[in-house]
Amino acid sequence: MKEVLKNLDKAFENRIRLGIMSALVVNDHVDFNTLKALLGVTDGNLASHLKFLEKCNYINIKKEFLNRKPHTRYYSTKGGESAFRRHIHAIEKLLE
Amino acid sequence: MKERYLDDLKEIKTIMNRSSRPVSLSGYSGIATGITALVGVTAAHYYIFRYHDLKEVLPEDLPLHHMLLLLLIATGTLIIATAAAIFFTNRNNREERDRLWGVQARRLLTALLVPLVSGGLLCLILLFKGNISILPGLTLIFYGLGLISAGRFTQTEIRSLGFAEIVLGLLAVLIPAYSVVIWALGFGILHIIYGFMVQWNTKA
Repeated sequence: MKEVLKNLDKAFENRIRLGIMSALVVNDHVDFNTLKALLGVTDGNLASHLKFLEKCNYINIKKEFLNRKPHTRYYSTKGGESAFRRHIHAIEKLLE
Repeated sequence: MKERYLDDLKEIKTIMNRSSRPVSLSGYSGIATGITALVGVTAAHYYIFRYHDLKEVLPEDLPLHHMLLLLLIATGTLIIATAAAIFFTNRNNREERDRLWGVQARRLLTALLVPLVSGGLLCLILLFKGNISILPGLTLIFYGLGLISAGRFTQTEIRSLGFAEIVLGLLAVLIPAYSVVIWALGFGILHIIYGFMVQWNTKA
């Protein structure tokens, strides 16, 4: 049991961060507005959770300009994907 | 505690499905495309192909007004079929209020258009300086390739439709005497069958 709990990732204890990661692992990239619509959260809320995941090196950010408007794309990193997988395995173990 | 993690798993699944949900193509668009194609092929046969031996038609055998008429029929059919597909698909996805339809639809269009446009240009070149008898087969083959590459973004049935189109296309090149019939089969009948299959599956 203790072993399992250790594999649960603090970064994914939060629903919104879990949602962000779920969207990023099944897509090549997702942009800010799509994430916002998908999760139904406010700009500020989403931005702070994205920053958290970026600090963990779980996601990458690519900023560019589309028609002079900033357009930010988010990618999951290899490390982020394996952490996410570990987290899901831990949940599954816990539920057995 | 367990309850919470169970909800977490559910949430992960929903987000994954919603963010990568395929564009849902309407079965009606398949039926409409099929009927349009049948009309187009019939017109092409009636006005052009029945005057020629299909085993080998070279561009110099085809009078200019026939060639222009053939181009007109082909373009007209393509435009009407595409319009019908977009109309029905749009309606389908608006009903589901899919906010992400834009992103996925754009990917679907790119995947479909790359093989389709390159094949279309090749066919145009061959129409003026190649063997016209192989064109029905080639259009079927490139269309099939387009469908297979687009298949990742929509119902998986569309990939099977793509493979069937390629097989028919190869067959049409192999036996040019029947290429117009096979053309009608591929663009007409197959689309209608596909349309009914999709519509029937969604209802079930």
